[in-house]
Amino acid sequence: MRQASEVMDGPAVSRALRRIAHEILERNCGGRDVALVGLRTRGVYLAQRLTSEIAKIEKIELPVGELDTGFYRDDIGLAANPQVEKTEIPFDVNQKHIIVVDDVLYTGRTIRAAMDAVTDFGRPATIQLAVLVDRGHRELPIRPDYVGKNVPTSRKERVTVHLSELDGDEGVWIGEDETS
Amino acid sequence: MTELSSKDLLGIEDLSKGEIELILSTAESFAEVATRTIKKVPTLRGRTVVNLFLEPSTRTRTSFELACKRLSADVINISGPSSSAVKGESLKDTAKTIEAMHPDVVVVRHSAAGSARMLADLMAASIVNAGDGSHEHPTQALLDAFTIKKHLGCVAGLHVGIVGDIAHSRVARSNIAALTKLGAEVTVIGPPTLMPACIEDLGVRVSYDFDRAIGDLDVIYLLRIQLERQGRALFPSLREYSSLFGLNVRRLSLAKESAIVMHPGPMNRGVEISGEVADMDRAVITDQVANGIATRMAVLYLLVGGGETESAADQGR
Repeated sequence: MRQASEVMDGPAVSRALRRIAHEILERNCGGRDVALVGLRTRGVYLAQRLTSEIAKIEKIELPVGELDTGFYRDDIGLAANPQVEKTEIPFDVNQKHIIVVDDVLYTGRTIRAAMDAVTDFGRPATIQLAVLVDRGHRELPIRPDYVGKNVPTSRKERVTVHLSELDGDEGVWIGEDETS
Repeated sequence: MTELSSKDLLGIEDLSKGEIELILSTAESFAEVATRTIKKVPTLRGRTVVNLFLEPSTRTRTSFELACKRLSADVINISGPSSSAVKGESLKDTAKTIEAMHPDVVVVRHSAAGSARMLADLMAASIVNAGDGSHEHPTQALLDAFTIKKHLGCVAGLHVGIVGDIAHSRVARSNIAALTKLGAEVTVIGPPTLMPACIEDLGVRVSYDFDRAIGDLDVIYLLRIQLERQGRALFPSLREYSSLFGLNVRRLSLAKESAIVMHPGPMNRGVEISGEVADMDRAVITDQVANGIATRMAVLYLLVGGGETESAADQGR
């Protein structure tokens, strides 16, 4: 990556997550019947981070699921199939308010796949979307309910998210894509 | 590694260690689908799979059929007695006919070794070998490796004993290839008449004494004695085979506590395995069947994938 510029640093990521945690509680009556589903890989860590923030605020432990959308992609056979990781939803999604959590919202196709996957597990009361970064360029009528930061980008650029649990350092960077 | 190098799965011989590991880790993800109330994902929607089974098979065919259905693929079964093979159609013409129907995958079982390779050369569809004569049965070996990994944590460093008719067994050939590639030690055990010449060249040890070999094994893999081959008198009697190479409670007591017992099915109770052993918890034979579906889902997914390499996954979000 050349000339990556930082758009969020570690403390900014933490502050954004804390704010989203408050917003989730505000919009869902203090977190009753709320469950989080993180999209692999970084969405899972973000979902865990959000539940621990929520635990600090309301003293409740919300269930967290992990979802790989690989089975629900709309481009199977068009490109190399991505490696699919394990999906684990250890709770009943029926009648729950499901918050889908991902790091970057871009075309919206992954979220479409995630919604299909969640509804295969049951009929949630609502599905809501929390993302750390919304970079625009939607190809489907999908919008996030909770956003850490809106980052206007061009399609040529690449948004990189690092989380301390996985990458050691933490922050969001935007840079030119080497591959194109 | 995120994809297989070939459009077909003809044998374990052609796969690299990395490819085998990719299939096993993908199978891990697909195993979860069987635990859902709705056991179906839309992954291969609109794809057509032809199951061409020109030799009798129930478990392998049903396993592939279920794998296809759980992936939402359309599946057509063509099996021996009802196919035009009995009317004298050659395999080549059968291939051409099926090709004209534009399937994405053809799963083939045939009594002749090399038949899967022949179809792979003739057809644009991906060919999955579900057993060709006494050559290979790759998905069986993959599901066995997956089962071993699930029960014992890993395959590398384990000692696996394969017991029975090694000479006529495609399951043995594929398992030897898969297990040695994954770093296990393999000993083949059986009477000399059922042992092929130069089997040591495959990197295995040979034993003719099950009682002596059993104590070292982490996995005891019993092969089916093919009763239909008994006309050829490869051993004096079933009773003698059973007393020397059958696994009963007494013989199993010589094995490690942690050793698991496997069998590709169908079992001949009282011949290669006693009824009591077959019903023990350490006999993981029904797990093998369950894992077969997940492994075959992974194979179908990876074969239909293919295409250009670049990371669509990263860009598509």
